[in-house]
Amino acid sequence: MVRFFNALGTPLLSFFQYLGEVVMLAADTFRSIFTHKLRWKLFLNQVVEVGLLSQLVVIITGAFTGAVFSAQTFFQFNKLGMGSAVGAVVSVSLCRELAPVLTALMVAGRVGAAMSAEIGTMKVTEQIDALRALAVYPVDYLVVPRALAMMVSMPLLVAECIAVGIAAGYLVAIFMLDINGTYYMANMVRWTRSRDIIMGLSKAFCFGILIVFISCQKGLTTREGAVGVGRATTEAVVNASLAVLICNFFLTMMFNIIYPAGYQ
Amino acid sequence: MIEAPPSPKASTKPHPVAGNSSPMIKVRSLAKKIGQQEILCGVDLEVRSGETLAIIGRSGGGKSVLLKHLVGLMEPDTGEIWIQGQNIIGMNERQLRAIRQKVGILFQGGALFDSMTVEDNIAFPLREAGERDPKVLQSKVSEMLEVMEMEGEEDKMPESLSGGMKKRVGLARAIIRRPSCVLYDEPTAGLDPVVADSINRLIRRLQQRFGMTSVVVTHDMKSAFDVADWIAYLHEGRVYFHGTATELQQSTDPLIQDFLLGRSDGRDD
Repeated sequence: MVRFFNALGTPLLSFFQYLGEVVMLAADTFRSIFTHKLRWKLFLNQVVEVGLLSQLVVIITGAFTGAVFSAQTFFQFNKLGMGSAVGAVVSVSLCRELAPVLTALMVAGRVGAAMSAEIGTMKVTEQIDALRALAVYPVDYLVVPRALAMMVSMPLLVAECIAVGIAAGYLVAIFMLDINGTYYMANMVRWTRSRDIIMGLSKAFCFGILIVFISCQKGLTTREGAVGVGRATTEAVVNASLAVLICNFFLTMMFNIIYPAGYQ
Repeated sequence: MIEAPPSPKASTKPHPVAGNSSPMIKVRSLAKKIGQQEILCGVDLEVRSGETLAIIGRSGGGKSVLLKHLVGLMEPDTGEIWIQGQNIIGMNERQLRAIRQKVGILFQGGALFDSMTVEDNIAFPLREAGERDPKVLQSKVSEMLEVMEMEGEEDKMPESLSGGMKKRVGLARAIIRRPSCVLYDEPTAGLDPVVADSINRLIRRLQQRFGMTSVVVTHDMKSAFDVADWIAYLHEGRVYFHGTATELQQSTDPLIQDFLLGRSDGRDD
């Protein structure tokens, strides 16, 4: 029994230590954002890296998710004679769940991995030590621009994903499933509320924060050369993706308290 | 000369250096354990302003670890490090910034920022200090490249530089803000004798031209004799010998003789 608790204790302690390190990094970053000058060039570079260069991935994700969700919803709803409600279902689902979660997973895979690998490589090649030795605090130089870029870019990427998803769902519904376009649009506008959009964009902001701090923490604690960089990158993507999926549930429940379901 | 008896448990008393100038660096009872291994077990050292100390010793003897402690890149388990009269132990990263502006370090592999050109690497400390004027930046970078005998290489990326060139660029970056002290981590390791000699001459020239205090970690004896005013031999985490190059060469201590002549005692076979 003692052996069982010992075996359980070590990974549990490591997990809490890891959570603590991520939270401390986040606290340090937010303190730095409010107390130190921003390096605008680095911030804009990161906006390009995180936001602009993620466009294609996000557009394809949004388009095909909207299209397939529109088709699947129609196949089920059509049996009940509710084909024209497809627009509302697709729109609300994309705003509240699909666009924020899928965009976050894609960004974790593309941007989170890149952040972790880049910072991890700098760590194992002593470039982070060089920064410190040159009187530059690595959090100010490396994490702050990435965190701010992520906070700005993620809501915009999710908004884009929602828009493209709705457009793709509409095109599939009208041209492939022969749903009446007027009813489709009327139902979509009637049942999609501003709170659905607020919920999606708020989730995007939270997921962006999760991805950037998990990835940067993994990069900053990388050890053991090339193998360590590979391990850190994999762990960053896996941990960020899991964190997004787990936090999504709690955010949904929290937003349901703020905006209870069923109320107009 | 203060020479410890030929025993692994050598004296851990401080090793003051002759001369009238104040100590730039003072280390007291520095100890560091990494995992289960004791790397430093009570190091005492002093380096006076304008002088050069070479720290020699066998590979894995804790020389680089000691050097990283001097600029706050590692935290000791116990002990004190005083830089120009300020104890840096317990300082956080932000408090250490003032110290790091006084102490530059040349890393073993150069540690150049691989996404920047040579010019951007050298200008980095100035940009971070708020210098924005391109003319000022360019003139200071050109001056550094001239000192390093690397004119015309400013647009190259670190990946296209040789080992010796990387070290020169790393050194230029470390000294462009004129620190009072420069730490060199194995400046000649992995270089051919001609390039190694040019690096040694460079270290000497920097001492003469800018009056910088230097600490050179090396196991290249030629380099140590070329550049150092004082030599400290680090053995089993302690300063085993401290004295001038002549005193080191005249030492009859078997451990030092083995090291100078590159003799293996057979225990590692």
